[in-house]
Amino acid sequence: MSPTWAGLAQVGLLLLALAVVYKPLGDYMARVFTSARHLRLEKAVYRVGRVDPDSEQHWKTYAASVLAFSFVSVVLLYLIQRLQHLLPFDFGRTASPGVAFNTAISFVTNTNWQSYVPETTMGHAVQMLGLTVQNFVSAAVGLAVAMALVRGFVRAKTDRLGNFWVDLTRGTVRVLLPLAFVFAIVLIALGVVQSLKSGVDVTNPDGSVSRIALAPAASQEAIKELGTNGGGIFNANSAHPFENPSSWTNLIEIFLLTVIPVCLTRTFGVLVGNKRQGTVLLTVMGVLWGGMLTVIWWAESHPNGPLALLAGGAMEGKEVRFGIAGSALFANATTSTSTGAVNSMHDSFSGLGGGGTLLNMMFGELSPGGVGSGLYSMLVVAIIAMFLAGLMVGRTPEYLGKKLGKREVTCAAVAILAMPTVLLLGTGAALLMPDTAGALNNPGAHGFSEVLYAYTSASNNNGSAFAGITVTNDWFQSTLGLCMAFGRFVPITAVLCLAGSLAVQRKVPETAGTLPTTGPLFATMLVGTVVLVAALTFIPALALGPIAEALA
Amino acid sequence: MVRQAWAGLRILIVLTTLTGVLYPLGVWAVSRVPGLHSTAEGSIISQNGRNVGSGLIGVDPVAQDPEHDPWFHTRPSALAQDPLGPADPSSSGGSNKGAANDDYVKVVRERKDAIARREGVDPARVPADAVTASASGLDPQISPAYAHLQAPRVARENGLTPAQVDRLISENTSQGIGDPGVNVLKLNLAVQAMKRG
Amino acid sequence: MTTTVTRTPEEETRRHVEHAGRVGAGVFSPGQLVSSLPGALRKLGPRHQARNPVMFVVWVGSLLATVLAIGDPGVFSIGTALWLWFTVLFASLAEAVAEGRGKAQAETLRRTKKDTVARRLRADGSQERVPGADLRIGDLVVVEAGDVIPGDGDVVEGIATVDESAITGESAPVIRESGGDRSAVTGGTTVLSDRIVVKISARPGESFVDRMIALVEGAQRQKTPNEIALTILLSTLTIIFLLAVVALQPMAAFAGSRQSVIVLTALLVCLIPTTIGALLSAIGIAGMDRLVQRNVLATSGRAVEAAGDVSTLLLDKTGTITFGNRRATELIPVGQSTVQDLARAARLSSLADGTPEGRSIVELCATEHGLPASPSEHERGGEFVEFSAQTRMSGVDLDGTSVRKGAASAVTAWAGQDVLPEVDEIVERISSEGGTPLVVAEGTVIRGVVRLSDVVKPGMRERFGELRAMGIRTVMITGDNPLTAKAIAGQAGVDDFLAEAKPEDKMALIKKEQEGGRLVAMTGDGTNDAPALAQADVGVAMNTGTMAAKEAGNMVDLDSNPTKLIEIVEIGKQLLITRGALTTFSIANDLAKYFAILPAMFAGIHPQLGRLDIMALHSPSSAILSAVIFNALIIVALIPLALRGVRYRPADARSLLRRNLLIYGLGGIVTPFVGIWLIDLLVRLIPGM
Repeated sequence: MSPTWAGLAQVGLLLLALAVVYKPLGDYMARVFTSARHLRLEKAVYRVGRVDPDSEQHWKTYAASVLAFSFVSVVLLYLIQRLQHLLPFDFGRTASPGVAFNTAISFVTNTNWQSYVPETTMGHAVQMLGLTVQNFVSAAVGLAVAMALVRGFVRAKTDRLGNFWVDLTRGTVRVLLPLAFVFAIVLIALGVVQSLKSGVDVTNPDGSVSRIALAPAASQEAIKELGTNGGGIFNANSAHPFENPSSWTNLIEIFLLTVIPVCLTRTFGVLVGNKRQGTVLLTVMGVLWGGMLTVIWWAESHPNGPLALLAGGAMEGKEVRFGIAGSALFANATTSTSTGAVNSMHDSFSGLGGGGTLLNMMFGELSPGGVGSGLYSMLVVAIIAMFLAGLMVGRTPEYLGKKLGKREVTCAAVAILAMPTVLLLGTGAALLMPDTAGALNNPGAHGFSEVLYAYTSASNNNGSAFAGITVTNDWFQSTLGLCMAFGRFVPITAVLCLAGSLAVQRKVPETAGTLPTTGPLFATMLVGTVVLVAALTFIPALALGPIAEALA
Repeated sequence: MVRQAWAGLRILIVLTTLTGVLYPLGVWAVSRVPGLHSTAEGSIISQNGRNVGSGLIGVDPVAQDPEHDPWFHTRPSALAQDPLGPADPSSSGGSNKGAANDDYVKVVRERKDAIARREGVDPARVPADAVTASASGLDPQISPAYAHLQAPRVARENGLTPAQVDRLISENTSQGIGDPGVNVLKLNLAVQAMKRG
Repeated sequence: MTTTVTRTPEEETRRHVEHAGRVGAGVFSPGQLVSSLPGALRKLGPRHQARNPVMFVVWVGSLLATVLAIGDPGVFSIGTALWLWFTVLFASLAEAVAEGRGKAQAETLRRTKKDTVARRLRADGSQERVPGADLRIGDLVVVEAGDVIPGDGDVVEGIATVDESAITGESAPVIRESGGDRSAVTGGTTVLSDRIVVKISARPGESFVDRMIALVEGAQRQKTPNEIALTILLSTLTIIFLLAVVALQPMAAFAGSRQSVIVLTALLVCLIPTTIGALLSAIGIAGMDRLVQRNVLATSGRAVEAAGDVSTLLLDKTGTITFGNRRATELIPVGQSTVQDLARAARLSSLADGTPEGRSIVELCATEHGLPASPSEHERGGEFVEFSAQTRMSGVDLDGTSVRKGAASAVTAWAGQDVLPEVDEIVERISSEGGTPLVVAEGTVIRGVVRLSDVVKPGMRERFGELRAMGIRTVMITGDNPLTAKAIAGQAGVDDFLAEAKPEDKMALIKKEQEGGRLVAMTGDGTNDAPALAQADVGVAMNTGTMAAKEAGNMVDLDSNPTKLIEIVEIGKQLLITRGALTTFSIANDLAKYFAILPAMFAGIHPQLGRLDIMALHSPSSAILSAVIFNALIIVALIPLALRGVRYRPADARSLLRRNLLIYGLGGIVTPFVGIWLIDLLVRLIPGM
């Protein structure tokens, strides 16, 4: 099997697996978030939390709950890291205040950017009690917000969007937890470690002695991919053989990190009562995903740049068991979702390949995007696209029977504006800092790309990196932390406000004058909007980094 | 907001118990069953009661006499001190060098020449994975091309025939659904075993 | 409650032709650019510019570039600063041109506002002379033949013919009388005959004419909901590009090629959506203007936009779908009489009858039965017996023969006959089908029955088909019984009908449609239409209607032509499409500008970026200046389109979008590549470029 055929087989199997679960998982999630029944376990959660699961919230209360929960999460996670020495399994590891602050925001915002080396910074207790928990609940928050937005479209003449605590709990208990548990076991069977030891000593065949690091990796790995989180329990992340031991686990992990965002389009279609509305979003995501995969894969398998030309192939920063195709597939999947796990070092990608991963994030991570965040990001872009399209057919724009007026456009604009704002300002400001040049691992345009990638990743809550950059100084720790927080919570608040203003509207009936949002025309328009907005916003920055590299 | 924060804290604590304690420990408990236990603890290979490494972790063996190097070598590791040298598997990571990094191109050239010299071949024959650092720095595998490049030397230094070594290479080659790779630790152990007879 | 327009088909056709002509005459001529220049220059102040966020950024950029050009004069810096100012100027020019067209209209109207002297009735019945401006609501004024009506009001006494040409442009006088639906008079119109007493209903300065003037001048123009939403989107884009350019400087500096502020300003202005930003208010004004050209006055831009959104049209049957009057459609002979006998008698009885019904009988006899259409010399000698409420019949006495037509009982009695069961049956049948039976008798012989029925105007079916394609449902409103209504609805091809409609029913229907999320448009003229007009999203009052109706609706059709509702909907759509299309065009333009400017900025530090210069522009300075010039000139080039509106053909949403995306999206990407390349060919000739 040639590498190309092996790659195509991987893509084919991935798509097949996604196709198989699309309907059942999508329908299941639709039931989870509409069911009137509470599980016994959930009732216990509500009792302890002293919340009434049958009361529904106004969008402001919903947003306040999201923000309050996330704030509490940041505080608790910070404390867990700082008080690590009081916990078991700490192995003498400590996190500095800068690391703890950055990491707390990073994991609560579903970014999972890591400015630390896990093997020496985070003990197993922090990993389990702090980071794994946020892997679950930050994904569940994204899911909850997406469901609130969908309710905005589905409901009419109400100011209630559901109950955040219920959505959070159900997402965790009914969706993430069972899937993560099953796949954690599957991963262990395929070689992923799940150990409470810090490491194991071995005497190598040549007589030398090594200590191989161990960790409870499988339980973290499963939810890290499933929740599009991406924070590795080992420094090399999903490139580490203990996190991702074979081409099969590689494929499973790619499947896990795409499955929920993909199936949510089905959930969406079911909930709005027209499954084709979901299919068309999936098509748009698929076109962007496939297009970018082609770019990245092609770029990596056609040696470009002095290093790859000299070596005879772009294997720098890649693992043999994944090869070029398995690495490109993972890189594309991780940056087009908000995962940020890596099985190869994006910093060593070619200009075009690395630029592709950057552009994936700059699209706003919606192909298919993070758990929940992919769907709501795509819907926000759809609103902008439908606004223009609606004007072009001569009507007050509407989408899914809801008019897009001043308030809806404002909310969508704020949601879209947040990411480029912090991304561009963060990058620009960082470049003005005298220490920045010294933090880079590469000279020239690629060094610039490292800074750009860092802020792109943080602002989009991705978490992957051109990891050569050293981001441990206070400037990076704090500004990247702020980028993550703004990049997450400004859009979430805007999306909930949008949901609120959609829900109070009555539904506009569909007529021949209504622009259908299920056909190829709408899909084309949506793809065009995503690409054009990202291109126009980021072309100048890209020109100085990846474009300059790729054309060199 | 304050009310929400208290509710949030209470719920976070319950969910922490659920997803931060019961879940990972539950997975750990399941992993104790035979069949999962050994992989859960790192796929450690033992010989004569001694741990000789993990089947999943590549640590480059160092020859005592560089002139008579009996080992198959792993890929370069960014964790190593030298361009070609053993990694410390208590950590992990790649070089993160860009595709146009001139300094690093020099390192790659150095590796290429060193390997060509070691194997006594033209530098052009050295495959890409032999001169580039892996993503984890612990890549357990090398490409079949790199294995075959090293095979004549390994056969010679271990007193085996090239055919025997070739057979060991193919026995230790696995493909899965990706590119084929040869597990260096297992291959070296197999060579040693065959050498011992 | 129904409208009272009475027009023949020929009149109808003539009016349509006129409209087409008038719209055609509204197109833009280059001379308007020059004449609007002073107005445009007045708009260059910061206060005016600040109302438009996009252009305000350009304004600040121009100022900055000017300061920099003064500090460091050079061909490039001065040229760039100059063209940035041109960009601001052209935007103001677009607005000024649009407003200028309204001003002309306003001038005509203002001429009607001559200072009038009113004869106010005192409580004791005596009259006093007061200036028109002193009139208050509720004052009673006397207006006689030759007087100008001093203010808006309702006729409370008398009947008069009034010349309203000053407002409507229509030379034929109209009748205004107390009570009923023709009681409203407008200040500034002239009474031609008789004497009326008018109760003033508007304060001075707030009269109908005053409001019309303010509207067409655009003085009261407020941003419409869609315009506000679009402005928010455009501001968002502006902020994004502002950020991109601001962040670019440290990036450039880091790469080792710090950019001059003037270049960054030029880049910013080229990227932000100046094209649509500059034309946005002109498009809005022009949309109102297009309505005015069709003699429709909208009280707000919001109403025009709502017209584009309408999904249900309520159309009165009479006058809108059918001709205002019933027409003879069938001759049914009875007894021994042949059709020919009946035709002869019917024709004779109607020869001198000037009513539309009478004329339609003569026409029917001429076309179907080969009788002469005009009376012979001999026939002119007959004595015409007019219709009266007492006799309920009309006819002719000629050469001793008397012919009468009219209500069955009256004519039968006149002929001295008992009611024939045959006639009774026919009359019954015609009535039940919604027609009007006229019995014709010649002497003592009952010849037969003439059926008068509604006739659907030609072309209505096609019109409703188009509306259906646009997603608009048509509902016919009629006072007829359901059976008749159904028959006519079927003929006309409307989607639904409301029979035996009372004003409350109409109101209930509007509410029901709105409840389902539909926007409703309707026309009306009577006082009892007022609540429904107010409730409808688009309520078009006929100018012939009462003041109450005009106050309640949000548009007034000066021609009082209910069919115009369809055109109003199209204008509303065209307005939105123009905005959407030009926004798309504006954004799509940016791609080419990047290809021009980025290589110019960075080819020095990264020579490989020179490969992006696919237009092969002369030099970095000429590339940037060419992009700036293109950006300014495209505004002027698009002014005619903004004023005229993009071409609108009724079609379903999908094909409309496909067409507009192709023209304005794809066209927007390609055009600037060609434009910038061409401009560069000229710019490179400037020494120092």
